[in-house]
Amino acid sequence: MLSSRGVQTMYRGLLGSQIPEPSVLVSSPLLSPLSARPVCWLSVNRRCLVNRKMSENGLASRRGKVLTMETMNPHVKKVEYAVRGPIVQRAVEIEKELKEGAKKPFSEVIKANIGDAHAMGQQPITFFRQVLALCSYPELLNSPLFPEDAKNRARHLLQSCGGGSIGAYSASQGIECVRKDIARYIEQRDGGIPCNPDNIYLSTGASDAIVTILKLLVCGEGQNRTGAMIPIPQYPLYSAALTELGAVQINYYLDEENCWSLDISELRRALLDARQHCKPRVLCIINPGNPTGQVQSRKCIEDVIRFAAEENLFLMADEVYQDNVYADGCQFHSFKKVLFEMGLPYMNTVELTSFHSTSKCYMGECGFRGGYMEVVNVDPEVKAQLTKLVSVRLCPPVPGQALMDLVVNSPKPGEPSYATFVKERTATLRSLAERAKLTEQILNTVPGIRCNPVQGAMYSFPRITIPERAVQEAKEKGQAPDMFYCMQLLDETGICVVPGSGFGQKDGTYHFRMTILPPTEKLKILLQKVKEFHLHFTEQYS
Amino acid sequence: MHPLRVLAGRVLAQGRPAVQTVRFKTQGSVQQPGSKRFSTAEATAEPAENGNGSTLRRASAARERSLTMETLNPNVKAVEYAVRGPIVLKAVEIEKGLQQGVKQPFEEVIKANIGDAHAMGQQPITFLRQVVALCTCPELLESPAFPEDAKTRARRILQGCGGKSLGSYSDSQGVGCIRQDIAAYLERRDQGVPASWEDIYLTTGASDGIMSILKLLVSGQGSSRTGVMIPIPQYPLYSAAISELEAVQVNYYLDEEHCWALDVNELHRAYQEAKRYCNPKVLCIINPGNPTGQVQSRKCIEDVLHFAYEEKLFVMSDEVYQDNIYSPDCQFHSFKKVLYEMGPEYFGGVELASFHSTSKGYTGECGFRGGYMEVINMAPEVKVQLVKLLSVRLCPPVSGQAAMDVVVNPPQQGEPSYPQFLQEKTAVLGALAEKARVTEEILNKVPGIKCNPVQGAMYAFPRIFIPPRAVEEAKALGMAPDMLYCLHLLEETGICIVPGSGFGQKEGTYHFRMTILPSTEKLKILLEKLSAFHIKFLEEYTALEEPSR
Repeated sequence: MLSSRGVQTMYRGLLGSQIPEPSVLVSSPLLSPLSARPVCWLSVNRRCLVNRKMSENGLASRRGKVLTMETMNPHVKKVEYAVRGPIVQRAVEIEKELKEGAKKPFSEVIKANIGDAHAMGQQPITFFRQVLALCSYPELLNSPLFPEDAKNRARHLLQSCGGGSIGAYSASQGIECVRKDIARYIEQRDGGIPCNPDNIYLSTGASDAIVTILKLLVCGEGQNRTGAMIPIPQYPLYSAALTELGAVQINYYLDEENCWSLDISELRRALLDARQHCKPRVLCIINPGNPTGQVQSRKCIEDVIRFAAEENLFLMADEVYQDNVYADGCQFHSFKKVLFEMGLPYMNTVELTSFHSTSKCYMGECGFRGGYMEVVNVDPEVKAQLTKLVSVRLCPPVPGQALMDLVVNSPKPGEPSYATFVKERTATLRSLAERAKLTEQILNTVPGIRCNPVQGAMYSFPRITIPERAVQEAKEKGQAPDMFYCMQLLDETGICVVPGSGFGQKDGTYHFRMTILPPTEKLKILLQKVKEFHLHFTEQYS
Repeated sequence: MHPLRVLAGRVLAQGRPAVQTVRFKTQGSVQQPGSKRFSTAEATAEPAENGNGSTLRRASAARERSLTMETLNPNVKAVEYAVRGPIVLKAVEIEKGLQQGVKQPFEEVIKANIGDAHAMGQQPITFLRQVVALCTCPELLESPAFPEDAKTRARRILQGCGGKSLGSYSDSQGVGCIRQDIAAYLERRDQGVPASWEDIYLTTGASDGIMSILKLLVSGQGSSRTGVMIPIPQYPLYSAAISELEAVQVNYYLDEEHCWALDVNELHRAYQEAKRYCNPKVLCIINPGNPTGQVQSRKCIEDVLHFAYEEKLFVMSDEVYQDNIYSPDCQFHSFKKVLYEMGPEYFGGVELASFHSTSKGYTGECGFRGGYMEVINMAPEVKVQLVKLLSVRLCPPVSGQAAMDVVVNPPQQGEPSYPQFLQEKTAVLGALAEKARVTEEILNKVPGIKCNPVQGAMYAFPRIFIPPRAVEEAKALGMAPDMLYCLHLLEETGICIVPGSGFGQKEGTYHFRMTILPSTEKLKILLEKLSAFHIKFLEEYTALEEPSR
């Protein structure tokens, strides 16, 4: 909006002054004769002032736009990202309306659309925040408020920063001591299988690293264009990145009937189909699954690796939910560990990149944008190119790197912060496990909703039956039926979930993704409301 | 043969051309396919040789690398980024050697290659760090060790965060109240020119914002492919981004004879020429200049904007050094303000994105990756597309956003932290101005070096004379002559600077970029060493040329 001073100046501009003489330009014969003519000026500007409210910036000019829907990057135009898509924008609008006193059948919007634990009230791990505060303001190293182990970690981190400051750029690959700590952590996690710090790259959240690796892999034209195999349903970062890069998306379907498990024959089908129109070179796996919450068995991982080896595919393992495993009998197996346990020739040939982040697990520190990837068996020359590419962006945020370090190098038994840390971590993970179970249980009591067990991660992805009449109505509105469903849910209950169509699903099936992150009491209310809504919706359209 | 030449040869023999394919020696030993992967790690484990023979053999026979230099994205291959290129990798290697006791003719590597103030010993602004620490660990809000104004800022920021935690995602455009603070700052800075918080987008450093806007703008094929006009010399983020996005780089040359001024006639020339083979749609300006340190005059900005208006160009103005002005007769003028003063037809017409960051100015907080852009006159439906694009990456780091908030909303007169803040800010900017002057002065005393005044930013970009024999030698090694020069300098003195060829320069001229960031004392030593080196370099290669001497 214009400030009153701005408007005054503008009027002064209209009435009094003239456009600055384009002294340099009048001499050029190449220019269009658009020099200032005060006569048409005024009318243009009157029109503009009227339009002011419509065009968000400035005034509509005679000049027209350089950047329009027609001239913009067509790949960007095609990108879709449902997790922050139209449903979320609507939720924000409703929130605003509520604040302005609008009457609704609910008093608040509950955002179960995104895996954002702190926004849902989860408390940060005390130790992590202590160390980060110490790093931010090293004078606190003299304060008795902080335990010794936190101070030691902070000193260790600061020593590795340029000038002892987290305000210095780090190496583009990440701070060396953090990479070493990560390597040691991976070795411990994988029962001693070695990890080389040179293979670790810190990143700005896992998303950044995933896009970077996909970027390296995209080449060729037409039939030779890189194809990337992704699960359906998928986390839409993958489809968005592939669209942006102009790569070919190859869908392989997870088996909803078998708890969203991955079936190798389906991988093979997808690959053979795709070979007719592109060059499949990448296989992406999300384990534990997002949005589907399944945890892959060791056997299945082995099969996937063998498949990748046979078909010469580059493996990308998205393992950001590795600490979020809830179901009895399920266990997280890293792709790296299974790969190395398979021995030769797999362990020294299959190209594998795995991703981790500070945003999920028990810490849920999304805002810091911390993350890393480990690259295994990648051609050394390509690694040099990767290092070059990441150097253009200088470095990942250093506070996020520091936080990543704490995640992989948490308090040890005997250290003063150990007890509190374990208590906090256990409480969060236990509560998540409880909420996972609760969600599955309540949803499965609703006729027309069927929910697989939430074995891991942070989401439930139930299948919903949408009556034929609602499907018709949605189609008339040009909406996906589950978008139609979720919009109504939002309007009637204030609950914000993401339609399954944003993640991909088998034709003719409908789902939504909801997080299990609201606190237990709120989650119960939410689920109850979903239940009532669903019954009402079904009745209404039957 | 001179030992340095052997060294330089060794570095470059491994790859050619210099920047593109140099193997990064710092990455440790190169592993051969088929060798035991465990050799580089602490533990050793025998590879398991287990069952399933036929599949294994099939796999091993079929398996070649999926990702090789041949199948790598060709646009990525074409990217070059000298600021962290081969010379810096070499510097890191030497540094490691020094730590392990390798003898060198110097005791430490001085990195004058990158605008990284804290790494060079600049102290953070206390207030900024207090606010960030309070946001990070809100228990400290109870502590009497922190001033009230810092607490007020922290509370306001936390109020804008989901669950009042820095650990939640923010909106993809950034935290609402921080965007409002930025808009208020812009109105103050530009003396009342209106700024809307809805035009503000927080970013992961300015680089990220620049990249996002360029990404939106790239389209077309062949002669309709988007052309992006950039200054030469430029900051190589631009050329790297253009390569990556497969856009067409359109060079316009800054006028070294006139203190790197921008001449609109040169813009015309570049534009007209480019129109023959691409569709020039974007004009990038860096003001104050990187690597060239010039500060644009108001008149020049007006000319540029007029040109952009007439030729229908989208303007990107990189203003990250807006607080770094040292010459008493120079002043920073924002493109936005000048556009406004040119009248409504311009202010409502020219699409303009301007960029700022926490990394430069007097804060120098590079590691936080804070930044923002203001985008005006963007078509509303394109803005929707921009937000969508940003949302895929979820949000910029929230602690960087908090740092940005302090940059635009520092302590005000009357607040308890004001005196200390003012003192720290003045000290940093005063020292930088002094160092800018010293650098220019000392460099200009060296025969064969000519340095324009460092009016602003953080760099000197002197022109250096390189003897023809050295040029020939460099060419024989497949490297740019100023790369050879900088490698020699590094090997002999431990000073790490970036060759001009990494930024672009008129053909046949040679330069280097050095930062003015080392402490005054260290900077003086650096400049003395550099002078001595230059003279010796000239002598050595001239002597080679005239053996009679």
